[in-house]
Amino acid sequence: MTTTTATFTFKDILASFDSLIAEDKNTREKSLNNLEQVGFPLSKSEEYKFTPITKLLEKKIKWDHAIAPSTLSSVEPFLIEGLEANLIVLINGKYSTALSKINQLEKDVVITSFADASSSAKVKIETYLGSVDKSKDSFALLNAAFYQEGIFIYVPENTIVQKPLLILHINDANDKQVIAHTKLLAILEKGSRISIVEKSDSMGQQSCLHTFTEEIIVKENAEFDYCKIQNDHGQIHQISNTTISQLNASKVNTFTLTMDGQLIRNNLTILINGEQCESHFNGLYLLNGNTLADNHTVVDHQKPNSFSNELYKGIMDGNSKGVFNGKIYVRPHAQKTNAFQSNRNILMSETASINTKPQLEIWADDVKCSHGCTIGQLDEEALFYLQARGIPHQSAKAMLLYAFALDVLTSIKNETLKAYLDQLISERLHKNF
Amino acid sequence: MLTIKNLQAKIGEKQILNGINLQVNAGEVHAIMGPNGSGKSTLASVLAGREDYEVVAGEVEFNGKNLLELAPSDRAGEGIFLAFQYPVEIPGVSTINFMKTAVNKIRHYRGQSSLDAVAFLQLMKEKMKLVEIDQSLLSRSLNEGFSGGEKKRNEIFQMAMLQPKLAILDETDSGLDIDALKIVANGVNSLRSKNNATIVVTHYQRLLDYIVPDFVHVIYKGKIVKSGTKELAKELEAKGYDWIKNEAALV
Repeated sequence: MTTTTATFTFKDILASFDSLIAEDKNTREKSLNNLEQVGFPLSKSEEYKFTPITKLLEKKIKWDHAIAPSTLSSVEPFLIEGLEANLIVLINGKYSTALSKINQLEKDVVITSFADASSSAKVKIETYLGSVDKSKDSFALLNAAFYQEGIFIYVPENTIVQKPLLILHINDANDKQVIAHTKLLAILEKGSRISIVEKSDSMGQQSCLHTFTEEIIVKENAEFDYCKIQNDHGQIHQISNTTISQLNASKVNTFTLTMDGQLIRNNLTILINGEQCESHFNGLYLLNGNTLADNHTVVDHQKPNSFSNELYKGIMDGNSKGVFNGKIYVRPHAQKTNAFQSNRNILMSETASINTKPQLEIWADDVKCSHGCTIGQLDEEALFYLQARGIPHQSAKAMLLYAFALDVLTSIKNETLKAYLDQLISERLHKNF
Repeated sequence: MLTIKNLQAKIGEKQILNGINLQVNAGEVHAIMGPNGSGKSTLASVLAGREDYEVVAGEVEFNGKNLLELAPSDRAGEGIFLAFQYPVEIPGVSTINFMKTAVNKIRHYRGQSSLDAVAFLQLMKEKMKLVEIDQSLLSRSLNEGFSGGEKKRNEIFQMAMLQPKLAILDETDSGLDIDALKIVANGVNSLRSKNNATIVVTHYQRLLDYIVPDFVHVIYKGKIVKSGTKELAKELEAKGYDWIKNEAALV
């Protein structure tokens, strides 16, 4: 894939963009220049070795950056039943004022699109945007050059946001191909707390490309809960670059659930820039059909005395393909680091596959680190045991898979959300495997 | 109740059952004995429907149905219960949830409605007493970290919950001390009735002191070579299996 097409270049597209914030034009141009140097990942690229993304996109996507139309008038089917939350809705990469609902926010908390941000919020956006995400990932650069929308969240010192924030990304490719590039920037000041649930749904038979870049800064003693639900049914190709930066004694819990779609690539980076930090990051991918889901995670311990724990599990059926890469860096000064990682997989068919790679780079000498990855099949003996007690094959299988998957939900605190995820996973395992 | 005719089964290329014939009627207890590797456990597994074994010949009729055509879960629905020699550990599934699912699946199979939570709990409490099993054990992951005795008691608890017509106990005595053995045997005995039957597969006579059989059969090289009453088990205990092997060699 080149950045030139027969009729116009990426530069032409860029020229048509309105600025969302100051310096926008400059950063976009710089990002595009960088992208042109780096190019899109080819099959030899180490980071995309098992994910032939460029080839796929070349086949499926026609470059264009107009916002695709949607006739969607209600987001009811995409909501999480019973979850009392503030709501941000983006349709085809565009913030919907009509469908979003923000009310009863705590004092001085800001939740806004970049375009609608107040002048003081804009100053903060300009200060922090790009400050922690230094990614050279082609899609982060593509996103930086062409993002159509940004969501900004600001939680002032010692403020606890009671209601979770639900961000719905809906990509409606019923009529036309969708290309959406969105950003999220969240600042959690000292001692503050917020929980964000990000859910993406897509529909329609036309191709979709959605990149999002997220930067989250979690300052001293702040707590951030983050749940990403990727339950796309359409022809989605989604590449997310999420960078979370943690300062002293902050806590981060993330959970990523990936189910359908064409190609999902999650780059999740946790930068531990403080001491006494705690990070739990869990993931679950339940794949079948031709879905390819690739989770690349990095936890970078830059300071001593912190703790990170990563648990990703996957079940692959049909022709699906899972990829997991987990990097743990422990820098020379990051003594007394505890870092644990586990990736466990079950393959349900001859044609499903998983490539998993733990990657530990440790420069400090007084640390506790462990990693492990397993790939297996369903335990036939256990399956027979359940069947011998009268549980039919299909239910027995679902029961075992559910038991295998379930402990990834331990970090979810909101009971409604947990019950929803539990139900989603259970239904999926009963119907699709 | 159960009629086995000329049952032959193999695993891989190896034939293990070489023509088993057996008739079990309601109200009876049959003990299947025999030296290691003679096919005792294979018979139990084939009856329960384990897929590793391929039935190459013969018939098994259970209450008028061709058992060999049924899936393992349907066999359970018809009333067959296999107490496993090595109960499987299943992390993440509690015995209680597992039993709730199993009881209701079997009820559905029989055209009955699901038990509600109260009725289920009541049934469970009643059956727990029978095998002296603690509720905290049942709230834990199925068999995970259970001692040998706890696993076997859990098997009998499940049997009590599912109230089978034919219970097959596969070496339930292995790995049990004498106290656990008594508890398990008491459980089994109190479930006996004129409407159900039990097949006890065992290597030793010891269990049969507590679960007294009406008939004893000896399997050797995949065939029943000798049948008798409980006295046969005593004879085996006294003389070992060698005389059976010698007798079989003469035939």
